[in-house]
Amino acid sequence: MAEAAESPGNAGTASPRPLFAGLSDISISQDIPVEGEITIPVRSQIREFDSSTLNESVQNTIMRDLKAVGKKFMHVLYPRKSNTLLRDWDLWGPLILCVTLALMLQRGSADSEKDGGPQFAEVFVIVWFGAVTITLNSKLLGGNISFFQSLCVLGYCILPLTVAMLICRLVLLAEPGPVNFMVRLFVVIVMFAWSIVASTAFLADSQPPNRKALAVYPVFLFYFVISWMILTFTPQ
Amino acid sequence: MAAVDDLQFEEFGDAATSLAANPDATTISIEDSHEPPKQPGPPRGSGREEDDELLGNDDSDKTELLAGQKKSSPFWTFEYYQTFFDVDTYQVFDRIKGSLLPIPGKNFVRLYIRSNPDLYGPFWICATLVFAIAISGNLSNFLIHLGQKTYHYVPEFRKVSIAATIIYAYAWLVPLALWGFLMWRNSKVMNIVSYSFLEIVCVYGYSLFIYIPTAILWIIPQKAVRWILVTIALGISGSVLAMTFWPAVREDSRRIALATVVTIVLLHMLLSVGCLAYFFDAPEMDHLPAPTATPNQTAVAAKSS
Repeated sequence: MAEAAESPGNAGTASPRPLFAGLSDISISQDIPVEGEITIPVRSQIREFDSSTLNESVQNTIMRDLKAVGKKFMHVLYPRKSNTLLRDWDLWGPLILCVTLALMLQRGSADSEKDGGPQFAEVFVIVWFGAVTITLNSKLLGGNISFFQSLCVLGYCILPLTVAMLICRLVLLAEPGPVNFMVRLFVVIVMFAWSIVASTAFLADSQPPNRKALAVYPVFLFYFVISWMILTFTPQ
Repeated sequence: MAAVDDLQFEEFGDAATSLAANPDATTISIEDSHEPPKQPGPPRGSGREEDDELLGNDDSDKTELLAGQKKSSPFWTFEYYQTFFDVDTYQVFDRIKGSLLPIPGKNFVRLYIRSNPDLYGPFWICATLVFAIAISGNLSNFLIHLGQKTYHYVPEFRKVSIAATIIYAYAWLVPLALWGFLMWRNSKVMNIVSYSFLEIVCVYGYSLFIYIPTAILWIIPQKAVRWILVTIALGISGSVLAMTFWPAVREDSRRIALATVVTIVLLHMLLSVGCLAYFFDAPEMDHLPAPTATPNQTAVAAKSS
């Protein structure tokens, strides 16, 4: 870059020329070295970083990933317009949340013959295939978000609903009754609204402006179905 | 094209003026999936209906030309499938509105779809309907059996997959059969109007929209209310379907034309009545004699019937 800037400067000091006249004199092979200077300085750091992560303790590795996941949880809980979820996407958080939710929602094996709540596999399939369908839908409508970024956002925004599930399990330990149900209904509605707000804060900008509602509606349906499963959970 | 200029939608002004200046030119070559395929899309306005009427009558050959040019990507690329989602929010709303208010003499396909069939509407309307039926059925059963001591609430999650199978099979297999039948008749009798497979899927998908509020209202546990709702919903969506497909079979022999339209409406009725019967328990259970000290068998037998 420095070399390229010098030649118009040299040409300019040699004789008065119009602006950018010297640019036509630049040929790629001579004036701009494509090795060495152009590489991003960070990359050399990453190279030595890579070799050092191989030698670090397991605790360091796990804590680093957990911290990244935890940071994204904070971004979901306090949704601001930020790119962290999109830039450094990962699927660990969605996996942890999905497994937790499915473990808590599954019915016991005792009443598998009656109609009951969803099994573990059914919740898992609904969450992941729902997220994949919504991502495909937003890409087909012309959104410019990548596949895994969208999966990451949708997965992380299940966090409020997982919190609602935990609260509902605790509330269900008390005696059943209409008050019990009202508390659970209120908690689920609040968390559902939180999930929608969080996910649209991240996803809405990537859609073309005249199709935003078309892309957001499936997200609404997805979280509504999960909220319904949480609300109708009855322990055996 | 003076009416088009009056609408002042300057974003698509170039397309409108170029189309007006050179009617044989197409506007596809500029961009791929972010521009409506033919006409400029004005926002919701009262002037649009008559504009559509004007444009709908004299550009039928243009629509064929443009429809042929639209799907140019091979079917294994992503862009091919993007052409089926080339709708804006207001277009989806207009199509839904058109399915709710069937106007005699106006064809849903000619008026709203106009060679831009989309898969967004059919897919998400069916998905919403699946969950609406499953959730409403569950809720209505809960409300009907509320207070009965022998009733233990279960979420009945299995019914979601059954509902999904029924609705998606109806929304895809019946249009396939109908399209095959119309193609077969077309080879025997020259029909002026013929529909592509996607247009038929589109009509069926949008005609199912009326069942979403119907399913939610079916929670009310009164038999009379439910049957009135069935009649209203069937009337509206059946008439949309009948008015769409009547022009396609009109030139055929009278018996076959009538049989086709009657079969379409009959299948539609079968769907709605079947869903009502399977997912929603009959409310007469409420009026059974109060469970005495007899063993649980009576209540369980009544519940499982």
